[in-house]
Amino acid sequence: MVQVVAKTGNEAMAEAMRQINPDVVAAYPITPATEIVMIFSQFVADGLVDTVYVPVESEHSAMSATIAASAAGARAMTGTSSQGLALMYEMLPIASALRLPIVMPEVNRALSGPINIHNDHSDTFAARDFGWIQIFSENSQEAYDNMLQAVKIAEHPKVKLPAMVTTDGFIISHCLEKIEILDDGTVKEYIGKFPAYTKLLDTSNPITLGALDLQNYYFEHKRQVAEAMKTSKDIILEIGKDFGKKFGREYGFFEKYKLDDAEMAIVCLGSFAGSAKAVIDEYREKGVKIGLLKIRVYRPFPDEEIAAALEHLKAVAVVEKCDGFAAKGGPLYDEIKSCLYDKKQRPLVIDYITGLGGREITHSQIIEIFDELKHTASSGKIKEAVQYKGVR
Amino acid sequence: MAQELGWKELPEGDALKAGTAADFHTGDWRSKRPIKDDKTCINCLFCYIYCPDSAVKVKDGKVIEIDYNYCKGCGICENVCPVKPVKAIKMVSER
Repeated sequence: MVQVVAKTGNEAMAEAMRQINPDVVAAYPITPATEIVMIFSQFVADGLVDTVYVPVESEHSAMSATIAASAAGARAMTGTSSQGLALMYEMLPIASALRLPIVMPEVNRALSGPINIHNDHSDTFAARDFGWIQIFSENSQEAYDNMLQAVKIAEHPKVKLPAMVTTDGFIISHCLEKIEILDDGTVKEYIGKFPAYTKLLDTSNPITLGALDLQNYYFEHKRQVAEAMKTSKDIILEIGKDFGKKFGREYGFFEKYKLDDAEMAIVCLGSFAGSAKAVIDEYREKGVKIGLLKIRVYRPFPDEEIAAALEHLKAVAVVEKCDGFAAKGGPLYDEIKSCLYDKKQRPLVIDYITGLGGREITHSQIIEIFDELKHTASSGKIKEAVQYKGVR
Repeated sequence: MAQELGWKELPEGDALKAGTAADFHTGDWRSKRPIKDDKTCINCLFCYIYCPDSAVKVKDGKVIEIDYNYCKGCGICENVCPVKPVKAIKMVSER
C-alpha cells in the first residue's frame, strides 16, 4: 500500500534506508554529514531496524568500515556530504575495485574552501572517476525511488558496483515535500535478500581480499570495473522500467522535458531542473521551442543516448553547479560537447557555471540564459562559450 | 607461477583463494637473517607463534628450521626469544 507523507529529502532517504534495513551502517553523523545517518541512528535506537550501527570517528573510517562490512557479506550502507565525501575519496575506488555493492546517499554540497555548507555539485563531480554509479535526484520523491533502485542496480550480478544517490543540499535535503512511500513489506520484497558475492567471514571458503595487485593484474581488475560500468547501463534501464511497471514512476538515464520538438535546450542535473521547467513552460506559451534534458545517471555517462536526444537542436545551454578549474568550462560541459562530437549535425553548446556555494539561480537569470540561447540559435554564433552566471 | 589470466577469466574484485603467498618465495629481499642456536634453544615455540610469515617450521614440538624462502628478516623471533643471557636466535646481516 502506498502512503502519502510529507518528508524532507533527508527524511525520505533515511526512510528508504529504514525500509532497506541494511545489516550494517557505519557513519559519522555530524557536520559535514547531513541529517540522513543521524535520522537513521534514531531508527536503530528505537529498534525499528536490525542494523548494526557503527559510529566512527571520520568519513574515511565510515567508508572503510562499510567496505569491510560489505566484504564480510553484509548489506552495508553509509551516507555523507561535501567534505565528508572528500574525506572518503581514498576509499571510494577500493569499494569499486573489490566490487562491493554499497549504496550511499550523498547530499551534494560545496567543497571547502572557503568554508560553505550549501548546495553545488563539486563534491560529487570530483568523485566521478572512482567506479561508483552516480544517480542524481530532482526532488525527494526521486531521491526515495532512486535509493531503492540503487540497491537493485548495485547488487545485480552483472553490476556489483557501489552506487551513490544524490540530492541537492538544503534545496532538497531540508525542504519538506509530499512524497509517496511504499509499505515496508513491498520494499522488502522488491529489494530481496542481499546476494553477498564476497564473504570474508566464510571460514569454510577462506579468501584473501585486497591483496597487492601489481603490474601483472591491476590492469585486468580495472578493466573489469570498466566493463561492469558499461554493463550497468542496460541494468539501470531495465530496473528503471520495472520500477515504473511496479510502482508507476518509470526512470531512465535522463528525463526529457518538451525536448523532442524543441530547437534549443537546457542540460542540467538535480533540483535546478524544477526551476528550469517552470520557465520553459512560460516560453512555450509564447511559442518558443525550448526544452530540457535532466541527467539522472551521471556515472555511467549515457553519452550515445544523450547525443541522440540533443543532436537535432540548434543550441544547448549546459547549466552546471561545478567548475573544474580547467580554464575551459566545467566537467558537464566537457562531456556534453564530447558526446556530440561524432554527430554530423550538432548544436552549439554554451556552458553556464552557476550556483556555486548555494548561490540562488533566479528566475531572471534563467530568462537571460534562455534569451541568449535564442540569440545563439538564430545567429548560429556563440558570443561567449563559458560563462559564470550569477557571479558579481 | 600459474598462467596469467585475462580480465574475462580473472575472478572479480581482487578476491583470491587464501594462502597464495605459499606459491611465491616472499623472503628474497631480506637484509638480515635469523640464525638459531640449536644448543641453547629451549623449544618454547615463541618464535613459531610470533612469526608473521609462518617461516618457523616445527615438528614434534621442536623447531626444526627457519624457512628462508619465506622469512622476511623482521627480527620478531629474535625479539621474543626468552633465552638468557644470550638469545637462541640472532639476526645477522645477509652480507
